Amino acid sequence: MTVKAARGVTLYSFQQAYYLREMSLEDCIAACAGMGAYGIETLAEQMMPGFPDLPESFYGQWQGWMERYGTRPTAHDMFLDIRRWKDRSLTHEEMVASVRRDIDHAARLGCEVIRVIVITPPEVIEDCIPYAAERRVKLALEIHAPRHFDDEWIQRHYATYRKYGPEWVGFTLDMGIFVERFPRVIAERLVRDGASEQMVRFVVESYDAAAGGSGAPPDLRWLRAEVEGRGGNAQDLRAADFAARMLWSDPARLRDFMPYIHHVHAKFYEMTDECVEYSIPYERVVPILLEGGFRGYLSS
Amino acid sequence: MFDRYMIVEDSLRSTDQGFAFDIRITYYRGVALSLIEGFEVTVDGQPVPRDTIRFVLRGVAYTQAELDHDTDGRWEFGEIATLVVEWPGGLSSGVHTIEAAQQLRISYLPGPLRGQDTKTLLLAG
Repeated sequence: MTVKAARGVTLYSFQQAYYLREMSLEDCIAACAGMGAYGIETLAEQMMPGFPDLPESFYGQWQGWMERYGTRPTAHDMFLDIRRWKDRSLTHEEMVASVRRDIDHAARLGCEVIRVIVITPPEVIEDCIPYAAERRVKLALEIHAPRHFDDEWIQRHYATYRKYGPEWVGFTLDMGIFVERFPRVIAERLVRDGASEQMVRFVVESYDAAAGGSGAPPDLRWLRAEVEGRGGNAQDLRAADFAARMLWSDPARLRDFMPYIHHVHAKFYEMTDECVEYSIPYERVVPILLEGGFRGYLSS
Repeated sequence: MFDRYMIVEDSLRSTDQGFAFDIRITYYRGVALSLIEGFEVTVDGQPVPRDTIRFVLRGVAYTQAELDHDTDGRWEFGEIATLVVEWPGGLSSGVHTIEAAQQLRISYLPGPLRGQDTKTLLLAG
């Protein structure tokens, strides 16, 4: 286990270069090490072709890369194809088997955490906790917009996890639940794509006015009808949809969940030259994580 | 997500039965073949009957029914596959506009994930 909070990279951030075969998996790892980010989060289904049947030789090669570049595996991002078959959903047992497969993979990589995809039912996670403990991998359900701490589904998970304590189960926190200002880069992009400056300004001001407080996250689904009523074009409506999809929740709410936060997706929309995220108040979230004893990775 | 890279540049060629071109997945991970719900192809504005499209991966051709039942095979992220289309008479050499779409069944999304791309490709004479 890491002794204190540390920064890392999710190779999701390199996906386009990998997709176009401009970088290999090893190139991505080397690039992270080159910028001083030694914690490596991976998506097996993205950059480890053959998963879940990876050969022994792959894991040997992986260990070799970790040694050569001085990097450490942090999290494995798992998926659950509940609708793997066209005509039926996976049974409970099949879902448990799928998660156990991911636990095996994460343990083989040497990861401390699995980012559990949010659709995984709490009962499935519950039945996987003993195996996760045996393989010493934490199951961390991702809290990602539009879900937040007080969302009913997250609360159902939390109620289950509290029966077991935070050692092997908990959450991955996506920083996208703390969007306090409409991302400037998205607003500018919408205008470039044909939205009107005036309508985008209205959407941005509406979002910014609603976000930032304590209490329940604001619901901005009304914006679409309003933009439509004002004669907005298709790109204006996209702006309204962005605003409705983004989420502000009060970082103070994080305090109650702290021992259960095992991993953070430290995403950013626009990191300024001053190393300040334009939309997400990192300076108010990170202290809560540190005060709460967070010892995982902030994975960007 | 990677829609604009779906149709691979310079990949249009003639076959005995019609034509073929290469494609990539538009989603951010690879998927089991059974998650592929189908492909749509239009050439120079004319839609291709869906049952004449074959998905070819690593030299193996699949019908849609075969994809539906293959939960083990995987189309990997960024991996180049081919759509082989029956097109009686073939295509003339020269420039053709190809539109292609793919639909994937992603369990955490309410409906199919649709990716699409349109490219103008040159069929060498």
